[in-house]
Amino acid sequence: MCESPGRPGPALCFCVPSQSPGDCALLSMAAHVPPPPDPQFVLRGTRSAVHALHFCRGAQAQGCQLLFSGSQAGLVHIWSLQTRRAVAALDGHGGQCVTWLQTLPQGHQLLSQGRDLKLCLWDLVEGRNAVVDSVHLESVGFCRSAILASGQPRWTLAVPGKGSNEVQILEMPSRTPVCTLKPEAGAKPGMLMCLRLWQANSGPRPLLLAGYEDGSVVLWDISERKMCSRVACHEEPVMGLDFDPQKARGVSGSAGKALAVWSLDGRQALQVRGTHELTNPGVAEVTIRPDRKILATAGWDHRIRVFHWRTMKPLAVLALHSAAVQCVAFAASGLLAAGSKDQRISVWSLYPPT
Amino acid sequence: MDPARSEVRLAVQDALHTLSSSEDGGHIFSTLGSLKRYLSDTESPALPREKEEFATVHFSPVLRRLAVMSPGWLELLPDGRLEELWASFFLEGPADQAFLVLMESIESTAGPSFRLMRMAQLLAEFLRAGRMAALMEAQCRQRTSPGFPLLRETLLSRVVGLPDRLGNCLQRGNLAEFLPQNYFPLLGKEAVRVLQAVVDSLRGGSDCSVSFVSQVLGKVCVHGRQQETLGVLVPGLTTLTEGSCLWQRVCWRLVEQVPDRAVEAVLTGFVEAAPGPEVLSRLLGNLVVKNKKARFVVTRKLLFLQYRLTTPVLQSLLGYLAMDSQRRPLLLQALKELLDTWGSSSAIRHTPLPQQRYISKAVLICLAHLGDAELWDSRDELLGSMMAGVKCRLDSSLPAMRHLGMIVAEVVSARLHPEGPPLRFQYEEDELSREMRALATPGPAGGGALEAGSPSLAPAPAETPTETPAEAVDSSVPQAQLEGSDSELDSDDEFVPYDMSGDRELKSSKAPAYVRDCVEALTTSEDGERWEAALRALEGLVCKSPEATREVSVELAKVLLHLEERTCVAGFEGLRQRALVAVTVTDPARVAEYLTSQFYALNYSLRQRMDILDVLTLAAQELSRPGRLRRAAQHGHPGPGTYCSPPLAASQPGSAAAPDWRLAVEERIRSKTRRFSKGAPRLGPVGGPNAFNSVAGCFFFPLIQRFDRPLVTFDLLGDDQLVLGKLTHTLGAMMYLAVNATVAVPMGKALLEFVWALRFHGDAYVRRGLLSAVSSVLLSVPAQRLLEDLPDELLEARSWLADVAEKDPDEDCRVLAVKALLLLERLKDKLLLPPSP
Repeated sequence: MCESPGRPGPALCFCVPSQSPGDCALLSMAAHVPPPPDPQFVLRGTRSAVHALHFCRGAQAQGCQLLFSGSQAGLVHIWSLQTRRAVAALDGHGGQCVTWLQTLPQGHQLLSQGRDLKLCLWDLVEGRNAVVDSVHLESVGFCRSAILASGQPRWTLAVPGKGSNEVQILEMPSRTPVCTLKPEAGAKPGMLMCLRLWQANSGPRPLLLAGYEDGSVVLWDISERKMCSRVACHEEPVMGLDFDPQKARGVSGSAGKALAVWSLDGRQALQVRGTHELTNPGVAEVTIRPDRKILATAGWDHRIRVFHWRTMKPLAVLALHSAAVQCVAFAASGLLAAGSKDQRISVWSLYPPT
Repeated sequence: MDPARSEVRLAVQDALHTLSSSEDGGHIFSTLGSLKRYLSDTESPALPREKEEFATVHFSPVLRRLAVMSPGWLELLPDGRLEELWASFFLEGPADQAFLVLMESIESTAGPSFRLMRMAQLLAEFLRAGRMAALMEAQCRQRTSPGFPLLRETLLSRVVGLPDRLGNCLQRGNLAEFLPQNYFPLLGKEAVRVLQAVVDSLRGGSDCSVSFVSQVLGKVCVHGRQQETLGVLVPGLTTLTEGSCLWQRVCWRLVEQVPDRAVEAVLTGFVEAAPGPEVLSRLLGNLVVKNKKARFVVTRKLLFLQYRLTTPVLQSLLGYLAMDSQRRPLLLQALKELLDTWGSSSAIRHTPLPQQRYISKAVLICLAHLGDAELWDSRDELLGSMMAGVKCRLDSSLPAMRHLGMIVAEVVSARLHPEGPPLRFQYEEDELSREMRALATPGPAGGGALEAGSPSLAPAPAETPTETPAEAVDSSVPQAQLEGSDSELDSDDEFVPYDMSGDRELKSSKAPAYVRDCVEALTTSEDGERWEAALRALEGLVCKSPEATREVSVELAKVLLHLEERTCVAGFEGLRQRALVAVTVTDPARVAEYLTSQFYALNYSLRQRMDILDVLTLAAQELSRPGRLRRAAQHGHPGPGTYCSPPLAASQPGSAAAPDWRLAVEERIRSKTRRFSKGAPRLGPVGGPNAFNSVAGCFFFPLIQRFDRPLVTFDLLGDDQLVLGKLTHTLGAMMYLAVNATVAVPMGKALLEFVWALRFHGDAYVRRGLLSAVSSVLLSVPAQRLLEDLPDELLEARSWLADVAEKDPDEDCRVLAVKALLLLERLKDKLLLPPSP
């Protein structure tokens, strides 16, 4: 399963756009095609558009799986997947849209980012719901934050910095600013759009992938504070990206009509491996399932698209929502949740992991 | 007197006497043995002179005597020794006499009897022993003394007519050897053997003639047995003539000697049986140059008067003409005449389509064989003919005819006028166009393919298999790469994609929700998306709100009729047509009045006029459909495929799954429900009034009234015959749909008058329309009323139909006329039956 990041093999294999319609036609002709699947269930009751979703990961869920959703009205809802009801609603962003949710691996702690320029850390142990800490953000862009945590008490947080194209790296929970990553004067990538922190297995150095307004994806080396590689993937702003460290391959979606798949070679240079044409423009978020078999995109065209991650073969187009889908999230169990502007959260079980 | 002759005569007389009187087997045996001396080289052969004397003078009487022997006679000696000896006279003596006696005795024996069967078996043995070859060979060698033309003629007719004669005599007891499918191949084989003997004797320096074989061949072919005989003869000759000049000359001689009246049959057989131009050239030589009749057959009859040769055969025929410098002028001449015919407007009108295809193919094959230099001199003439033909064909209202014209025009102009810009028509590629284009590719490749393969292997099919693997390889290459690079084989290879057909482009613009809004959007909107959304929504809206539609129906029809495709909208024609039909159905009287008046108005394009006819037909069909009202009532609910309102349109892909879901639920309910009694679970189709009944007149009469009044821009009886054809079809359809309507009788009367006025129209499409109109009159008007109100018209129509069924050049017309005649017959039966009750 594990292979060196420099190997160029697997990226060749997915469909280039010119062939994909033919492939689909062939597939649909060749065998009986199952009708589009129905959702497991739909969660209603956020009373405003859903902008962020996150499944509570790990053992601390104690058998009871939870789903967090952040709404435009500033509330964070906690849903029990057993009863399919909202367990609690957290109000900590003063009515401003919640754009990002993330739990920490070491305990019942939830991070939420809001457009009130606050990043709150919630303590949820034993039913508590209190803000224990908050970080003031200096930019009100579109960018969602990112963390790098591995069970140790200290973890790294990347948040949009003061300038619209800057990334600020903090060490948590001490809130020590580590550095600010700022593109060189000549490079004008535009606004920061999305972030992804990760650490290669081989090296101790944390790396950051960032998508920018001009459609480029940049790899930052945090310890050296330098831009390792930059590749133009899209014509339009990058709206979301996800990365598969094992295959050293990532995927990004933009406001345009294509998904881009790129890879990282041994010298930490990004290369575009191919693009995949979509029917309608606009992807709000791209997420790869934890077992790295499939990936899902949240489309502005109201549809969730599911692709095979290795081959980028389209697997399903889920058309349930009646407004733009804003976010998609996968649970460790393989459940897929999508939140939409139509105030609904749909939960799907597709190709369950064995 | 020659002592030998008298001695032979005495011996024979003595023997004949013994045969007729003796009952002693041993005596007869020894007598026959003594006669046998004259035939073959037994232990004490007779002198050659005696042998010759016996063969020419006494053999036949002896055989005749032997033929009438009684059945018991042959069993006088044990072991069939006598029978063997008896048979040997027939099998070893001069074959022609033996054959004639055998035939004679078989034919003179009445009814089934032992003797008849015995003689028939003997004849079969005769055939098996290859005596037929000996017979023909003897005739070939007799060249020096052709003294008995009568005998020859008799022999000829017996040889060729053997299956018929034997079939007549033996009836059910016929033997397999005498069946035509066995006999004629045998004859072909024997002919090859005879020719072999002729060639051998020519090599040996003695003269020989093949005229008898030619005559046999000619007669066989005239009798229509080319396939059986030449199917054996031609392959044999093909191999034998290869590389041997003597054989080729014998073969040419063979064909030359065929009597004039059989030339056509023989040549056709040779052309069909030969596997390619090279072989044909080897077998026929320069026959077409030497023999006038043959030239006529090859250059006129097979090309112009008949059209039954298959394409490969046609290729080999024209290839044969092209292979020799002496024959090439004939090919050029043929091309000129072919193109002349191709371009003649009268020929186009009066020849059936298959023949036109045939001539077109011949033209293209000729072009492929002729060189630029040869074409150069007569280029203008050829181009002129071609242009005339193209013009006439493009004017035709039959699509197949236009298609043919386009293909030939493209290919011919590319060949004759290579330096000019290429002529390009828009037509769909199909089997025919590909085949035609393959025919026109220059000769050597096509000829080579033909020579190598069997005669049925045309170049076109030969190319397709080579293309297919290439494509397969192309498409499999990425596949292979795909699989090859996937080193890790996971279980997720089995991920089966779900149906993604609902994944369409999202239309952001909101469709209008009211009919009036649609009208406004279609007339004034500058926004392409809104305009398109309005067009898409219109049909559903019209069906949903008939009252609102009625208020603006004529205005809406006007807008739709004049609507032009502003942006590239997928399925624009269909959307517009469906909307127009929906409007017409909603408010039939007024919209039909408007549309029919516009049909004869000044400023419309042909396309619009045709659209009007289409819409009226479809609307009439919709109106007359039983159960329509019920469906219309349901239509208000969000049905599948309607773009009724914005939220529905938004969830369009989701609703595609609804039927499946509903089906599953209904199935589950059914399986869980217990029923105590099963009444009629489904109602039959509900009867209802035919909505077309009341408005049929509004649709029909305005259209039929003014067809003969030409306008400046629109002349139905002149150039616009395509619209006239469409009009006749439309009127026929309306007549058919008005079945059981009260107005059907005057409609039928008007329609029959209309048909009568146009019955000799030159365009096949119009005639087809007229014929189908007659049929629909017969179907729709009640039989009683037909006979009371329209007897004269019916009689006239009947004679016209009979005429068309027999003489019309268009096949469809003939078929339609026959159908109409059948309907007329049925009508007669229906009228004749009832008087009893």
